Amino acid sequence: MRMERAVTEAALSNRAQLSYIAAQAADARVNVELETEGMTLNIGPQHPATHGTLRIIAKLDGEQVVAVDPVMGYMHRGYEKLAEVRTYPQVTTLINRIDWVGSFANEVPFILAAERLMEVEAPPRAQWIRTILFEMSRIANITLFLGDMGLQVGAVTPAFFAFRDREHVLNLIEAVTGGRFHPNFDRIGGLKDDLPAGWITETRRVMKKMRQYCDEIETLVEGNEIFQARTRGIGVIPAHIGLSYGLSGANIRGSGVDWDVRRDSPCGMVHNETDWKVWTHPDGDSFARFWVRLQETRESTRIIDQLIDNIPSGPIMAKVPRIIKVPAGEAYVETENPLGVMGYYVISKGELVPYRVKIRSASFNNISITPWLLKGVYVPDIITILGSLYFILGDIDR
Amino acid sequence: MSSTDASTEQDASPATDAARDEIVARFAAHLGDGLLESHVVPDVDIWLRVSRESWREAAEFAKNGLGFAYFSFLGGIDWMPSPFGREMDSQIDITLGNDEASKIDQTIEQGIAGGETRFQVFARVNDIVNGLGITLKVDLADDDLSVDSWVSVYPGANWHEREAWEMYGFSFNDHPGLRALYLPSDFEGHPLRKDYPLLARRMKPWPGIVDVEQMPGEGDDEDGASSD
Repeated sequence: MRMERAVTEAALSNRAQLSYIAAQAADARVNVELETEGMTLNIGPQHPATHGTLRIIAKLDGEQVVAVDPVMGYMHRGYEKLAEVRTYPQVTTLINRIDWVGSFANEVPFILAAERLMEVEAPPRAQWIRTILFEMSRIANITLFLGDMGLQVGAVTPAFFAFRDREHVLNLIEAVTGGRFHPNFDRIGGLKDDLPAGWITETRRVMKKMRQYCDEIETLVEGNEIFQARTRGIGVIPAHIGLSYGLSGANIRGSGVDWDVRRDSPCGMVHNETDWKVWTHPDGDSFARFWVRLQETRESTRIIDQLIDNIPSGPIMAKVPRIIKVPAGEAYVETENPLGVMGYYVISKGELVPYRVKIRSASFNNISITPWLLKGVYVPDIITILGSLYFILGDIDR
Repeated sequence: MSSTDASTEQDASPATDAARDEIVARFAAHLGDGLLESHVVPDVDIWLRVSRESWREAAEFAKNGLGFAYFSFLGGIDWMPSPFGREMDSQIDITLGNDEASKIDQTIEQGIAGGETRFQVFARVNDIVNGLGITLKVDLADDDLSVDSWVSVYPGANWHEREAWEMYGFSFNDHPGLRALYLPSDFEGHPLRKDYPLLARRMKPWPGIVDVEQMPGEGDDEDGASSD
């Protein structure tokens, strides 16, 4: 096993070198302006590989990309402006729709920021259930990625598996919150409701199923030779570049950076009550990002398994006034969402509505590296690299 | 919400935060007069306000001198309260100059770490090794809404500065290409400024709380007057 690993790594560094040389050559071609005629290729806004309406204008030289210019805004909904006229409880309805496949996780950092300003803390039971739902939205989100990544290289089956098994998790979320996509369940000071009867038994069963799903993906996709050839050594992000672009989540952990907000600066959630591990991969390529997400999904099922065994009893709501006025102040809270670090900078002036909400969404930063990353790659690799960066359009456009 | 100066340690709260105070002290030593104000909430956060001249210098020092290698975000703040009022159900088209507008208090009051001007740019960087974050702020003069770009220090600031450019009309010196990011390129106005109306509200006013249509068989038609 060790041997095998050493061999692949050596091969990898060669490939990484090659792609670097290719990038340099592409640069040189732009600078020298040789008379080869370039071509502009529009990928999107309606393209299955872009998960929505992201448009990529790629300038090509033969099969190689010389420069890309991502264009977004086709779905910009102006939540930062809208949040200035919505009361605090109403804002959660908006931010549900930022990352729509892991919606519950969107609500948490905003609620935590408001709680910090109000100096209230959710009771332990609420914190535990919050953490469970948070991790469930991670599973619901990343499951989709795991299936979809196969789709990017032409394997259709994993996508069906993903939708089949994601359903179980969505059912669990629906049983608690009433909503499959937009739970709108988190409240300042706690949660809307308690868990329904029989939910814990069902959760335990589903988590087992999700681990099976991860095994399936591992055998179907990860070990697949074509998949490896299309992702290993492709789209390499060195750690320091990733950091200066503000990459987060599996994208930065896939570059060997051992950083997870859940563990390193926990706020309002109880991940550290359980025994869990932050997964990293040293390679920084598309495969590494896929691999880290696969391990993370499994880890999330383990976190949930441990949490549902010891949910403390007690109230699920702290004492909070009926009409919520948040005292004047500023707070920034970030959490490790499925797509990466998501944070809300909330400025309050002591009124019913926030004065300013700055939404720091993960995909926006994750995608901002594409002009750098896609320079010099080949056209088919655009699709796998974008797929491996994993973005949700709502999380870019807000 | 009282901002304390870095040099004075008269904060009544017994909790002190050695790591965060140290960072502020090193900033103060490096930037000198460039550091205008600072605020530390122990175990929570750091706010620094720097002068416009030392905005890029502050970024370089944070990244190379203090290990804040992670760029989180950059954005703008407009501290002038909206002339349109911000109540949920304000349907009146309040414009500057009429009676309704004069009722709205438009005094500019900046938040943590203070400020002197209507517009501020703020950004956040992280030290992921020690799990610390800083919020940096800079005032923009009212007659010259420009500040040095951070792109040469943190390349990730590129799109954030483009967003601040179109949403607030700030300009960033030495930015490689200030183009529209979200909005169409011929869009007029700067939507996130407080004096830019929320147009959707103008076109179709918020209906307020409307009674949901009754279910069939629930309540009779004869005494429908009570619902009004």
